[in-house]
Amino acid sequence: MRAITVVGASLAGLYAARELRAQGFDGRLTVVGAEPHQPYDRPPLSKDFLMGAGDEGELGQLDQLALTDPEEMAELRAEWILGTRARALDVRGRTVVLDDGRTLASDGVVVATGARARRLPGPPLAGVHTLRGLDDALALRAELTRGPRRVVVIGGGFIGAETASSCVALGHDVTVVEAAPLPLAAQLGPELAPVCAGLHARGGARLLTGVGVAGLVGAGSGALSAVRAVELADGRSLPADVVVVGIGATPNTGWLAGSSLAVADGILCDDGCATALPQVVAVGDVARVGGVRAEHWTSATEQPRVAVRNLLAGRTVEAARPLPYFWSDQYGSRIQFAGRRGDGDTVRILEGSPEALGEGGFLAVYERAGRTTAALAVDRARSFMKVRRGLAAQENQAHQVNQAKEYV
Amino acid sequence: MIPVCRLVDLPAGESVRLDTTPPVAVFNADGELFAIDDTCSHQDASLSEGWLEGCLVECPLHAASFDLRTGRPTCLPARKPVRTHEVHVADGMIHVRLAADAGATGEGSAA
Repeated sequence: MRAITVVGASLAGLYAARELRAQGFDGRLTVVGAEPHQPYDRPPLSKDFLMGAGDEGELGQLDQLALTDPEEMAELRAEWILGTRARALDVRGRTVVLDDGRTLASDGVVVATGARARRLPGPPLAGVHTLRGLDDALALRAELTRGPRRVVVIGGGFIGAETASSCVALGHDVTVVEAAPLPLAAQLGPELAPVCAGLHARGGARLLTGVGVAGLVGAGSGALSAVRAVELADGRSLPADVVVVGIGATPNTGWLAGSSLAVADGILCDDGCATALPQVVAVGDVARVGGVRAEHWTSATEQPRVAVRNLLAGRTVEAARPLPYFWSDQYGSRIQFAGRRGDGDTVRILEGSPEALGEGGFLAVYERAGRTTAALAVDRARSFMKVRRGLAAQENQAHQVNQAKEYV
Repeated sequence: MIPVCRLVDLPAGESVRLDTTPPVAVFNADGELFAIDDTCSHQDASLSEGWLEGCLVECPLHAASFDLRTGRPTCLPARKPVRTHEVHVADGMIHVRLAADAGATGEGSAA
């Protein structure tokens, strides 16, 4: 291959560029990014960055987010086209068309276009935010530093909970609205999801569950009216100066219309991140790998190694089997989860107690038929790490057994 | 010199965190003592809670790995080094002398 284009310049796109060079690709490498920024890390956006923590000022904070440095940028020998979206991929996956009309002829394409925040229907209102990219975080932060506000966070997932936690720390009055009976129940299961609900209460945010949002109410004149309240499906109205919408993300696949790639809530890939076209692979939030689309930081960093290997080989020679792992920092507690929990798994507490969160957290494992399927820890990083390594080893072993079976 | 703990209280494979500013982690790597800045240079996580293997410690949050002898990261996502500090043992007590420079260079010497 002489020319490879990576579409997407965030975490997964950068890791793909690194892997291409690390695995010996010596040709022309182009990385296209919709945002004007060089690759940056997003997890801090809802945490320290939102709170403006640190005394190093905004430039220092932006530096903290940077995923790479000038030295590595030089080593990568890539052409970076930032602030430009890809508009189309031709039907054979050989040409990437950019918004400005430029075309990039490519022998290989890595799709890493990520996902965008889902929004509420209705006209835009001032004071309503989503939190996904750096510009979102800067806009929300500017608003949160203008004195105490009534903040309503819609959605009790990780982004919602972390944002609520940061808003409480900044001294705002915070209400979290979650449509499900319990936040994070799908991820953590019914036994342990109440722990996260408890964190809101302990931290000082109101949590309303089991109620949807009917709409936003705005008032004022000018080009953009400002949000005044969030109306709930049960008729209640929550006064609000700032609304943060954290209701999930939609994969950025629209630009692939007209290509021959199959799209269904993400780009359909085999177990090795390869699409139906052998010269096109997909990684990160936009990729549905082996039936699963994982919006996890670790997936975005682990998939590119395998994806690039398969791209350079021209066929799938290796499967991406990262152990699912995510973490979240809320109200001064660190939550870590790893593994594949299934409904009906038994929960066993190994250390500490979920009831006494202020006193050292806890470590729990999920079990099925005598095997550990997943682990959850709050403020138990050290012991969690041991269990996580054990889970990863178990997964590798199972994978090797499965591969061996295929050859029998 | 900052007293850490008695040598017998830090067996091989164990680590301890000093509540200094910034915090420092002291490791007993198979009998050899090392001290480095405790906070991972990638994101806020305590390296004293990490996975110790030989002279490497893996961050418990995102699996960045650091060489205890130099403070340099040996794999991503960390790209910046952490400071190293001198460790001394006297009369069965472990002490740490913090690196003089506040700016992390990773060039400090390890005991």
